[in-house]
Amino acid sequence: MKQTINFILNGETVSVEIEPHLTLLQVLRDKLELTGTKEGCGMGECGACTVLVDGKTINSCIFPALEVEEKSVTTIEGLTDAQGNLHPIQKAFVEHGAIQCGFCTPGMVLSAKALLDENKNPTEEEIRHGIAGNLCRCTGYLQIIQAIKEVSGQ
Amino acid sequence: MKRFHYLKPHSIDEALALLNQYGNRAGLIAGGTDVIVMIKQKKMAPEVLISLQGIPGLDQIEFNGGLRIGPMVTHRAIEKSEMIRKQFPALTDAADVLGSVQIRNVATIGGNIVTAAPSADTAAPLLALGAQVKLKSAKGKRTIPTEQFFTGPGETVLQKDEILTEILIPHPLPNTGSAYWKHQRRGALDLPILGVAVLLSLDKATVACSDLLCTASPISTVLHSLEGEEVVCKEVRIALGVAAPTPMRATKAENLLRGKKISDELLDEVAEAAAKEAQPRDSIRGEAWYRRDMIRVLVKRMAMRCIERVLVPEETVFPVRLW
Ligand SMILES: Cc1cc2nc3c(=O)[nH]c(=O)nc-3n(C[C@H](O)[C@H](O)[C@H](O)COP(=O)(O)OP(=O)(O)OC[C@H]3O[C@@H](n4cnc5c(N)ncnc54)[C@H](O)[C@@H]3O)c2cc1C
Ligand code: FES
Ligand code: FES
Repeated sequence: MKQTINFILNGETVSVEIEPHLTLLQVLRDKLELTGTKEGCGMGECGACTVLVDGKTINSCIFPALEVEEKSVTTIEGLTDAQGNLHPIQKAFVEHGAIQCGFCTPGMVLSAKALLDENKNPTEEEIRHGIAGNLCRCTGYLQIIQAIKEVSGQ
Repeated sequence: MKRFHYLKPHSIDEALALLNQYGNRAGLIAGGTDVIVMIKQKKMAPEVLISLQGIPGLDQIEFNGGLRIGPMVTHRAIEKSEMIRKQFPALTDAADVLGSVQIRNVATIGGNIVTAAPSADTAAPLLALGAQVKLKSAKGKRTIPTEQFFTGPGETVLQKDEILTEILIPHPLPNTGSAYWKHQRRGALDLPILGVAVLLSLDKATVACSDLLCTASPISTVLHSLEGEEVVCKEVRIALGVAAPTPMRATKAENLLRGKKISDELLDEVAEAAAKEAQPRDSIRGEAWYRRDMIRVLVKRMAMRCIERVLVPEETVFPVRLW
């Protein structure tokens, strides 16, 4: 039995018919074809599937899609502006070589965004604490931390 | 993933009615960080999930006299609560290191204790803080101390037709400090090898140290000052996670300290007693002998952190001691 969910996705209202057992990740990638959000572990451990729900980071691979009803969801596709310009965090990631294979990047950028939205001037320790749920197998994290510092004006 | 129906009742009574209607075919879901993972791992296969997210009021933290925490309060909300950090810091210590920001944003305290993993990070702090839980079914309500709530790994006294509706923590005595240490291999996203929570109440909150506010003296010097001024332990609770099949209180150790004058030697004896009382097992995360050794070390450390939290006003910025 399918159910309809209505929510705001990257600023626009969407309405999708889904099976009730689907995760938000499945709906985003398979129904709405927004493949910027990645699936790594599928178990909440790696953060590749991170999106924002009402401004807070969540692991979409273990988040029941039906729980976004009437909420606002931001994926990596929603970060560029109307002209397609990259978000300052994305620019900083590019400039600092904070991206290698790129698999962790959408989730990492969204964790950075949530962190900076809440705390304009995080210490290095707060940055590390804030991105602890996002694994990166390539960069060694230092470039990522530097990129986040730069966006916060440090 | 296995298919299930997903129901979102709007009140506790509606949720209880659904639990009765579907019986063993249904399960409750809060944040889902245990439930969805277990369904994916094929450890459970409910036909119906009953979500508590649509019930208003279950995510409130209230403080008047005691603390009332709704079961749907997330670990993130606990981590951010200044009042909890001030009055019940052991709980902040646990919330702060549970999972990742993403997990803490959705995972709830109710879900953590109902899952009843021996490694549940909030269990030991709740035991040390003397918490009780309120359970409700269609038949009635009951209130249970947390030490009677857990009955085995993954097992609690909660019945299939009950919902945990509230966690109650009594107002601490004056001059109380509490602390929790999660002993883990990584700094984040790891389950504890051991969890140690201690609550201590002293009969006074100031002692004369060689330096102002006792911030720079080694903790052993601070303990000597306490000893010199005959500071008495009014109340103590020591709780251990991953040290037995269920989260446990080290009551024999507590009895050595309650009502006694605090000294370095006595804290050593208390920590030793806690290690003896524990029944840790060998597991991939750590062997029993190692857990026992670390209980001895960490019980003393957490007692000292409690003392530090009583003596040092929380506005003071001081480096965390590296012991
Ligand atoms: C990647 C990852 C890392 C994790 N790290 C940690 C960690 O460091 N420390 C730790 O302790 N845990 C950890 N967990 C486990 C989990 O996040 C916690 O146990 C969490 O608190 C569960 O809460 P929830 O709201 O997600 O519960 P759910 O998964 O929704 O529910 C858990 C159980 O509780 C029941 N339940 C929930 N609420 C109620 C209620 N009000 N009344 C009756 N029954 C109820 C459900 O039916 C279910 O059986 C981790 C999990 C993941 C996926
Ligand atoms: S894919 Fe969701 S946390 Fe790894
Ligand atoms: S860039 Fe490859 S995982 Fe982070």
